[in-house]
Amino acid sequence: MKHTIQALVENKFGVLARIASLFSARGYNIESLAVGETQDSTVSCMTIVVDTSDEKILEQIKKQLNKLIDVIQVVDFTKREYIDKELFLAKIDKNKKDREVIDNLVKKYPVEIVEDAVNYYILEIRADRHNIDDILKELRKLGVQELARTGRLAIGK
Amino acid sequence: MKINGANILGQALIKEGVEHIFGYPGGSVIPIFDFLYDAPINFFLTRHEQAAVHAADGYARSSGKVGVCLATSGPGATNLATGIATAHMDSVPLIAITGQVKTSLIGNDAFQEADVIGVTRSISKHNYLIKDIKDLAPTVKEAFYLARSGRPGPVVIDLPVDIQTQTAEFDYSGEVDLRSYKPTYFGHPGQIKKAVKVIRDSKKPCIIAGGGVIISNVTDELFKFAEKINAPVTTTLMGMGGFPSTHELSLGMPGMHGTVYANMAITECDLLISVGCRFDDRVTGKVSEFAPQAKIIHIDIDPTSISKNIKVDVPIVGDAKNILGQLNEELASCQLKACGKWQKQVGDWKKKYPLKYKKEKDGKIKPQAIIEEIYNQTKGQAIIVTEVGQNQMWAAQFYQYDFPRHFLSSGGLGTMGYGFPAAIGAKIANPQKEVVVIAGDGSIQMNIQELATVASYNIGVKVVILNNGYLGMVRQWQELFYNRRYSGTTLNNPDFVKVASGYGVKGVKVEKKKDVIGAVADILKHKGPVFADFLIEEEENVFPMVPAGEAISRMIGGMA
Repeated sequence: MKHTIQALVENKFGVLARIASLFSARGYNIESLAVGETQDSTVSCMTIVVDTSDEKILEQIKKQLNKLIDVIQVVDFTKREYIDKELFLAKIDKNKKDREVIDNLVKKYPVEIVEDAVNYYILEIRADRHNIDDILKELRKLGVQELARTGRLAIGK
Repeated sequence: MKINGANILGQALIKEGVEHIFGYPGGSVIPIFDFLYDAPINFFLTRHEQAAVHAADGYARSSGKVGVCLATSGPGATNLATGIATAHMDSVPLIAITGQVKTSLIGNDAFQEADVIGVTRSISKHNYLIKDIKDLAPTVKEAFYLARSGRPGPVVIDLPVDIQTQTAEFDYSGEVDLRSYKPTYFGHPGQIKKAVKVIRDSKKPCIIAGGGVIISNVTDELFKFAEKINAPVTTTLMGMGGFPSTHELSLGMPGMHGTVYANMAITECDLLISVGCRFDDRVTGKVSEFAPQAKIIHIDIDPTSISKNIKVDVPIVGDAKNILGQLNEELASCQLKACGKWQKQVGDWKKKYPLKYKKEKDGKIKPQAIIEEIYNQTKGQAIIVTEVGQNQMWAAQFYQYDFPRHFLSSGGLGTMGYGFPAAIGAKIANPQKEVVVIAGDGSIQMNIQELATVASYNIGVKVVILNNGYLGMVRQWQELFYNRRYSGTTLNNPDFVKVASGYGVKGVKVEKKKDVIGAVADILKHKGPVFADFLIEEEENVFPMVPAGEAISRMIGGMA
């Protein structure tokens, strides 16, 4: 099961390395990690998605994060109401058949064509935890050449 | 007045009450050594950086103060790594100062450059690379605060050499206030109430006291608590001396080489109260069969320790001293269930399965007998420092520890080479105390160069080598589980007496049983350091023993 965890951390050099090495040293897998400054420039927000069905490991991840000196606060969104988003950029080979599928995609999901070049399209896709699997399935059908993802962002309601 | 960075560091150390530093010089710390030349701080030159950090560790464990060590960049710093990890595993307050190449060269693969922050990240409580002289004094203050507060641990300060020579005003007046670090010191009242209820319902309580008991100086409260609830107390390797070993409620050590009665009590109790013990795998054995009938109360200052290895019923996060104080207060007026039957049962186990070894008239010296003799002659007053392996287990089993901070051993990391240098630190912190190292012939050779240190400063550490010509603990596993295939465990040893005398240290060789009493007396009587080589029974084993991964109720040896 996927869990979305938010860590507010001191905005200093080396903090990302501390988080990353905590995960690697203890053998926890990070599914995605997104980092950026918050409204307070001394604080960074890290949104971490971990995939584990083991409650004990999830507990340890949260406690171990909290134990790091530079971590100010840890929030587990698992049992809370929250909004999440992830941004994809996808480069797709151009051929006539695809245009229709892409138009359908644009209609059905928050997808935008941000570049319409001679040989390819670049799509900007805003996914969330409810539609992400469907979008990925559709994209796979289109034969994606390149895919860049931001990782999940989340904010509590 | 502006002073240079090395001076700022030094003034900060003086403000923190640092009296002794252990270290080794090098190109990136020469300005700091220049400060030390005529500073009111005693500097001890060890002969290897690893020894410097272990000495600072032994100083800290035996005194409760923060230990400080100093090494140069690159190899100096990486040589500290084992000692930093050792201190981290056992929650020892330590400041490790490392020189670093100058700021403009960092990242350039400069001469003697290593990414010390990267290397020590996961083996220290926290670490700092100082890139601005203005940050130096506040960082040192913060580092000491972190090292000694909450769950203590080692903190690394990596200080580039150019910062050591830049100048700034020295201002140490700021308060440390970290929004991201607020340890919990008092137990939550609701959890205390729950614990009291569970204690009142218990008919077969048992206490397991870990290293937290020593760190928190909670000996008196623990004593009162144990007597009030009439619970037997088992002390882990790290908790040794936290409850007097000679007390009738004492069960000695639990776990892999614990006493039969400690492991039986844990297995049969209906309530296990853990005080500052993190349930290491050497203590628990097979987790699913650990304290299977018991409710568990877990007192620990580190929330990550709770329900990490053992699922806990009543966790109480905080300082053990405060929490036991709170519990004692709540329990003062309580009438508790009579535990007479349970106590009789535990007493019977103690009588039936004491720690023992074969005492033949002939044959080689038994290592256990040496430890017992040291106990008799020091009247239990010595600080015992161990290496790692069989020597460590025998020292834990056959010396009685009635006082905290009198047994120093690398428990979590199990670092061979720890004992001798740690004893140097312990002796410097406690010059009036007898400090005895119990070593193996393998471990002692991992930092044997420290003979030079004890000789130059005349540090009266007594080293007792239990020499069996093997790396004994691994050999024991090979004997029991690998069909006696002694792979890589036989040692061709030097003449330890000659080695010692080469360094100018008194060496003693003891080969016969009848000489043990006299030899121990001579060793203890000698004013300076002694290096004593006891030739012991080669294939003596540490018993009882729980095979790795087995339930602690299934012990080999000790039951017959």
